[in-house]
Amino acid sequence: MAEANYPDDLLYHPEHDWARVEGGEATFGITWYAQDALGELVFFDAPQVGAHVTKDEPYTEVESVKAVSDVFAPLSGEIVAVNDALSEKPETINEDPYGEGWLVRVRLSDPAETESLMDAQTYEAGLE
Amino acid sequence: MIGAADDELTIYERSRPGRRAFVAPALDVPEAPLDELLPTSLRRAEPPRLPEVSEPEIVRHYNRLSKRNFDLDTGFYPLGSCTMKHNPKLHERVAALSGHAHLHPLQDPRRAQGALELMWRLQQALAEIAGLPHVSLQPSAGSHGELAGVLLTRAFHEDHGEVRTKVLTPDTAHGTNPATVTMAGYEVVKVGTDADGNVDLDDLRAKADAEVACLMLTNPSTLGLFEPGIEQIAEIVHGVGATLYYDGANLNAIMGVCRPGDMGFDIVHFNLHKTFTQPHGGGGPGSGPIAVAERIAPYLPRPQVVGRDGAANGGSEAGYDLDYDRPKSIGRLRGMHGNYGVFVRAYAYIRSLGAAGLREVSEVAVLNANYLLARLRHEGVLEYLPSAYPRLCMHEFVLSGAPMKRELQIRTLDLAKRLLDHGVHPPTVYFPLIVEEALLIEPTETETRETLDRFAAAVAEILREARDDPSVARSAPYRTPVRRLDEAAASRRPVIRQPR
Amino acid sequence: MTHYTSVTDEDRREMLAAIGVASVEDLFADIPATLRLGRPLALDPPRAEQEVFEELRALAARNVSTDDEVSFLGAGMYDHYVPALVDSIVSRSEFLTPYTPYQPEVSQGTLQAMFEYQTAISELTGLPISNASVYEGPSAVGAAGYVAKLSQPARRRFVVSRGLHPHAREVLRTLSHGWGMEVVEAPLRDGRTELPRLDDEVSAVILQQPNFLGAVEDVAPMAAAARAAGALTICACDPLPLALLKPPGETGVDIAVGEGQSLGNRLDFGGPSFGFFAVTEALIRRIPGRIAGEARDLEGRRGFVLTLQTREQHIRREKATSNICTAQALNALAAIVYLSWLGRRGIVELAELTLRRTAYARRRLAELKGVSLAHEQPVVREFALRLDAPVERVLARCREQGVNPGYPLAREYPELSNGLLVAITERRARADIDRLVDVLGAAVLAESAAKLGAAA
Repeated sequence: MAEANYPDDLLYHPEHDWARVEGGEATFGITWYAQDALGELVFFDAPQVGAHVTKDEPYTEVESVKAVSDVFAPLSGEIVAVNDALSEKPETINEDPYGEGWLVRVRLSDPAETESLMDAQTYEAGLE
Repeated sequence: MIGAADDELTIYERSRPGRRAFVAPALDVPEAPLDELLPTSLRRAEPPRLPEVSEPEIVRHYNRLSKRNFDLDTGFYPLGSCTMKHNPKLHERVAALSGHAHLHPLQDPRRAQGALELMWRLQQALAEIAGLPHVSLQPSAGSHGELAGVLLTRAFHEDHGEVRTKVLTPDTAHGTNPATVTMAGYEVVKVGTDADGNVDLDDLRAKADAEVACLMLTNPSTLGLFEPGIEQIAEIVHGVGATLYYDGANLNAIMGVCRPGDMGFDIVHFNLHKTFTQPHGGGGPGSGPIAVAERIAPYLPRPQVVGRDGAANGGSEAGYDLDYDRPKSIGRLRGMHGNYGVFVRAYAYIRSLGAAGLREVSEVAVLNANYLLARLRHEGVLEYLPSAYPRLCMHEFVLSGAPMKRELQIRTLDLAKRLLDHGVHPPTVYFPLIVEEALLIEPTETETRETLDRFAAAVAEILREARDDPSVARSAPYRTPVRRLDEAAASRRPVIRQPR
Repeated sequence: MTHYTSVTDEDRREMLAAIGVASVEDLFADIPATLRLGRPLALDPPRAEQEVFEELRALAARNVSTDDEVSFLGAGMYDHYVPALVDSIVSRSEFLTPYTPYQPEVSQGTLQAMFEYQTAISELTGLPISNASVYEGPSAVGAAGYVAKLSQPARRRFVVSRGLHPHAREVLRTLSHGWGMEVVEAPLRDGRTELPRLDDEVSAVILQQPNFLGAVEDVAPMAAAARAAGALTICACDPLPLALLKPPGETGVDIAVGEGQSLGNRLDFGGPSFGFFAVTEALIRRIPGRIAGEARDLEGRRGFVLTLQTREQHIRREKATSNICTAQALNALAAIVYLSWLGRRGIVELAELTLRRTAYARRRLAELKGVSLAHEQPVVREFALRLDAPVERVLARCREQGVNPGYPLAREYPELSNGLLVAITERRARADIDRLVDVLGAAVLAESAAKLGAAA
């Protein structure tokens, strides 16, 4: 994805992570800005299904050739699915950060936490 | 694996069953059956797959390979923070003398007096250069010296009944500093840099507390700047009972001018492969001796090379020995006594240059760096690559390629790659981390003025070219044995050995 | 002007003018006056090249090298013959003088040699992943311990064979202290490591093949026990005997390390040499140090780069798998050239020759009056003896005859107070061994007689 893009239907975390909330679950990923800053991604350290993630704390890492970055949980909960395809093709995160490049799916433990996340406009404004 | 042209094959791809170079010495003892000597259950089923090639093929293979390297003996190598100075040829000759090269490390010290005396004299010389009284030659490299230094700090505090948990490192530090801190079991706390490129003293004051074991500092810093507030820094650090550690990566700037010990540092490591001319060997070997203050000396690694007078030696003759009886020592950091072959070279260098020569080395290193900066300014380069901290530098300086990236649409990486086409090794890129699009340039004292002029002109030429067509630099290099390599693909699916 | 600088007075004047300062002193203005040394360093004056050569030659002459006596010293470093082609290749400026290959386009020579070296180490150890080398043997054991610590942070103990090189055990203790880890020793029984009791506190079991006393260990049961307890197995290996011995990868070892000096590197009084470091696939992201990997260039040609760099200190900083910065590239180059010279069959021939000469020497020496074997285990290149006489005095007598029988074990193995470790390489022919038998036999006899005389 060559152009910066921040979909309106997502919630954003200041550490450049997004969440797509659907009922009691949410999908997490990293934003266009994050993947662009890191460059071509070469490794996604897949976490375990069943692991707990805590809002504002790192739950895994992604790596490019010359950088490594913690990935922060925008919300708390239990991992119910991991995007296994990324182990083979981590570059998918660069190509489609909001679609095929999703990282994990989480059953939320405290849906109220969403209130502290940003909408696309606020996040994008913060990047400048 | 990817296929390759005939002259680029690996030694494994040249292998043919039955070919060989080695001829074994004749068997001159009874030929007992193998099974009697070594039970089958302990033996491997088939020989290890090593290449099968003739001697002429091996020689040709590695000679060809060598021509695919850029080297210091052929061209300018201004790699910041690495001190790529001339490697005197005398040093290879003396290190290869049989009495040095074929001396077994576990030879009885009485039969290795020449080696121990050399080590002892090198310790004395390094102590004088550092301004600290005691030296251990054991650490194998700079990072190993750092580890020694932080472990010494731990031993020092523990011996005084203190438990401390944090080590401070500036945000400009070499990556080895924070990695060392973790490896030694401490937590890293970063200290900021102020607008002039110096350690932010307010930040330091705020973070220096009774939990802090040590501050690790490079001075001149990795920005090529001398910390003018070093005395205050020492006061703050010592004020909370912590030690002050000197990363000797940049010692080449100050030899004979000032000394880390006089600045208040308690522990110093040297990079004999930077300041003292050990050839870098394409990434090792090096050597990272440490010098320490009196209060740290009891904890030095063992064994320690000591000079003994006649009486202590049980005879009339003075001599040198290895002292293992050091109850407070942190212990060993490696096997044997250190990289002796490197000590021979460093010692020869110090003997050749003497006090006056070492001082001139530092003066010319600083002169060359400032002159190169002036030439780059004269060539108009600094308009696109401004000095990150516009003041006089020491032996190296940092430029920021941010305006170049904005205005000429080429990045520091592109400039570096294009320099390869000009027959120059690029400076260090993207370090220090706090400078955007950083370019860290260290010319060293062994370069002529003409070489520096040519380098400045080459950079200017690349910028002119980029103004017309940035794509040239972006696809550089063109004249190298291979062109830009896809490191991302290499990392995603690593092939790190010849497939069977 | 020094031997190696080129700034003339005129250069200096013009360069200062270009900078815009009056003197070189002005360039050092940031250094507070209170910190200036204000005197020359207390070092000797400069010398001519020939004078320095003579001094270094005189120092060398005061050492007794393996060329000056018949030496059976080993104990971790061995007096092997280094073929002339190794010297010829490693002394080439193109290999000797570059930095770490940060710019792969102009470092293909070093990078490809690393790749070839990694392949050879992988073949010798039977493990799929090798790095481009680390400092040397004992510190490689320490680095392997750190991998175990990072992989299993909750486990607090290393179980270490008493047969592991004493230097390696000491390095491990030095480092473990900072990690808050405990080091427990597994004793030797008749020269071999006793199978230790393991629990879920054990991070790694660490042993050596062959062990310090020369005995070939049966590694597989150890590794199986370690695995059952959830611990890693780390094995320090002597690389040349691996031509004959089961490779660590086939005996359940997770990390194989070792001192590489034997592979085409000189003794150099202990360094520089290199350590090799190989691991299972599972540990690929934990291995320390540089790794060369294959890559494709813009035109599709094959080349090599440093890869998996995110493990390393310059990127991961305080979270790195190690603080190590370099490899021992030149020493590892010597190793791959040497291994290519030996070749697949040659390395076996060399190991078998050494094995047979070792067996011969061991048998002849054990027949001597006052000399016995310290253990009965199979050996391949080195073995431990017990003498019935004070070992230091026996050694002194032998050295007077131009024979150095080996390494006295008392400092590190008080239980073998008159123990002697004897190493055999292809440089020690039968005639040398026969001479050792004569000289050592006579010395032991003389010292036993002296002892008896003193007792009477």
